[in-house]
Amino acid sequence: MSHTHDHEHAQPRPDLDDTMTYYRVMEEAVRSLLIEKGIVTADEVRREVENMDARTPANGAQVVARAWVDSDFRSRLVANPKQAIGEIGHDIGPMHLVVLENTPGVHNVVVCTLCSCYPRWLLGRPPDWYKSRAYRSRVVREPRAVLREFGTEIADDREVRVHDSTADMRYLVLPMRPDGTDGLSQAELAALVGRDSMIGVTEVVPPLRV
Amino acid sequence: MSRFAVGDRVRVHDLWPPTPPAHVRTPHYVRGHVGVVERICGTFGNPEELAFGRRGASYETLYRVRFRQADLWPGYDGPGTDHIEIEIYEFWLSPAGSEPESAG
Repeated sequence: MSHTHDHEHAQPRPDLDDTMTYYRVMEEAVRSLLIEKGIVTADEVRREVENMDARTPANGAQVVARAWVDSDFRSRLVANPKQAIGEIGHDIGPMHLVVLENTPGVHNVVVCTLCSCYPRWLLGRPPDWYKSRAYRSRVVREPRAVLREFGTEIADDREVRVHDSTADMRYLVLPMRPDGTDGLSQAELAALVGRDSMIGVTEVVPPLRV
Repeated sequence: MSRFAVGDRVRVHDLWPPTPPAHVRTPHYVRGHVGVVERICGTFGNPEELAFGRRGASYETLYRVRFRQADLWPGYDGPGTDHIEIEIYEFWLSPAGSEPESAG
């Protein structure tokens, strides 16, 4: 069936699996050598990819929601993130985490200007824009303009604090709990917490009332 | 034992190291500027050595240093209370005493 087009359809991204780029060749070569030498098995590689894919922002949201309902946990989370997160069953591995509390006086936002450092154990893989040169170069020098493009307006009497993840620490923003959520369970609260609010480019908005 | 304490004013080296290696973790936008130590993160293998797979890389103290945005960017579009915090290794820092926070 044909119809006249007066609009652009999104084109599917072409498959790139027939193109052996430099890094694909390198990845295959290193992986094959590691398997041949018995250092890792093919199944261990597969399992690690599976584990990586299984980590999602829902892990971070669970941490945030717990901190909202349990002030003792919140204190422990800020003082010793690795231990506190371990309490709720997440092993964040060798990561050194800093938890940044948003308050009525401070809004925090995270970037890695040098590459794409990101708390993958809690948020999964970073979004493409987080790795883009535009975000990395602009959010340090005009954070308020960048936040505005994400729909986030921070009042002038509230500090915007940018955190550049340049070395060995990783960062999780603890957003403010929105008003009108008093009756919600921890699971319902967690469902409100999106990835972007834990990077700090958005705030958590209250659920729509029906 | 770390050289600086939380609250100390520190200046980031500029035009340093003299022969730039291919891998440093101190972005240009803070070089030469004065900030305040926000926290001591601990000691970590020197990434400038580790990046080349060198054996026996030294362990270095890592700090988080807080800078005023208005000091880093001429014409910064935001209130004077906005800040940026960034991780910097000890060998990139020298004591700044009470000198002003503008770039050297």
